[in-house]
Amino acid sequence: MSDVREMIRVEKLNKSFGALHVLKDIDFTVKESEVVVLIGASGSGKSTLLRCLNFLELKNDGKVIIEGKETDPKKDNLNEVRQKVGMVFQHFNLFPHKTVLENVIEAPTQVKKIKKAQAVKEAKELLAKVGLGDKADVYPSRLSGGQKQRVAIARALAMKPDIMLFDEPTSALDPELVGEVLATMKELAKEGMTMIVVTHEMGFAREVADKVVYMHDGRIVEVGEPNQLFDNPQEKRTQEFLSSIL
Amino acid sequence: MYLNIIKFGEALFESRNLFAEAAWLTLKLTAVSIFIAIFIGLFFALIKISKIKVLEWIANFYIFIVRGTPLIVQIFVFYYGLTEIAMISGFWSATLGLAFHNGAYIAEIFRGSIQSIGKGQTEAGRSLGMNRSQTMKRIILPQAFRRALPPLGNQFIIGLKDSSLAAFIGLTEIFGAATTMGANTFDYMTWLLVSAVYYLILVFLLTLVVSFIEKKMAASD
Repeated sequence: MSDVREMIRVEKLNKSFGALHVLKDIDFTVKESEVVVLIGASGSGKSTLLRCLNFLELKNDGKVIIEGKETDPKKDNLNEVRQKVGMVFQHFNLFPHKTVLENVIEAPTQVKKIKKAQAVKEAKELLAKVGLGDKADVYPSRLSGGQKQRVAIARALAMKPDIMLFDEPTSALDPELVGEVLATMKELAKEGMTMIVVTHEMGFAREVADKVVYMHDGRIVEVGEPNQLFDNPQEKRTQEFLSSIL
Repeated sequence: MYLNIIKFGEALFESRNLFAEAAWLTLKLTAVSIFIAIFIGLFFALIKISKIKVLEWIANFYIFIVRGTPLIVQIFVFYYGLTEIAMISGFWSATLGLAFHNGAYIAEIFRGSIQSIGKGQTEAGRSLGMNRSQTMKRIILPQAFRRALPPLGNQFIIGLKDSSLAAFIGLTEIFGAATTMGANTFDYMTWLLVSAVYYLILVFLLTLVVSFIEKKMAASD
């Protein structure tokens, strides 16, 4: 197993918003094709950690190493790093003035300068894959939350990222729409995508995750395989958190 | 002085050539000045939200000057000021004065509408690898422009009516034509009302154009 490629390595990461110290000495690695689920109470820093991985938030201290290369926001071109790291947001953030298809081809045509015909072909394949092949010419306002989130996943995949970040992808959805988004994510995991998921869906974590990370108050408290962490948590705080939500 | 409908109708009809020309001048003044003002407005809106202090100050100073002084003063300053340093016509003095003036209000309209677009849109663009200017141009501005349209339409109407002040630097646009005719006939009331009819028609047409654009841009709703 040791020859599996390391996709993300975080060392001694610290992040503050003003006086608020949100991430404290985070050490964290993700290997290729691994699905890592971050859990913890709100305010524990999981979303901030995720957003540090594609530099929507910039660290104050420590190292963020993506695919073996340490990224320095001051020197490196973040736009290039971000092309390798796709992100799906809690509130979808689709572009409302563009159709579903236009949402998906926007970055490939504008950033990667792929020919439009080629981008459209790939986008249609991706939309079919997330079950929305018939919605290409519709505007996002006509879609349900679950459909929007699946378009957002297709949009991120269109850049052919090596890593996908999911920031509470089902938290804004009606309960009956959660399943379709999780199903899309499971399929992606099965294909070997490296995924880091912030979620409250413990069922998903148990079923799909290779590794579950419990965060509390800006620190990683416990890391383990799902069975071990859910059934036999070692830390008292993990036990308390799990008993409060299960 | 009483109003005679028939006499008014005759005045309106017989002066049609003069006023058609005057209305054309009003339209040119408005269209060109608003066109320039949109670019001025966009420029100052962008530097105001640039988070670069010096640029912010420059934008704030410009808006402070424009909002704090009367338009008629600005037009005269452009007229006497510009004609001293460059050979510039009355038309361009008035047009630039109006553009300078409307630009400040349009800057504030754009700034408000850009800032009303949620942060998530910028984050979505950036997370896909788009750079700052691609995100602004392709994601934020199209949405912001749509939101700006109603107040922008309002500003266009104000600009059209404010172009009447060009009469004071000798341009025979609609209001200028009315005062000239009034002085010639000693019947200001009739000619001012004639000018009002022309302004109403132009404002009405402008309203139609703006709501047409609004409807076209509402396709994504």
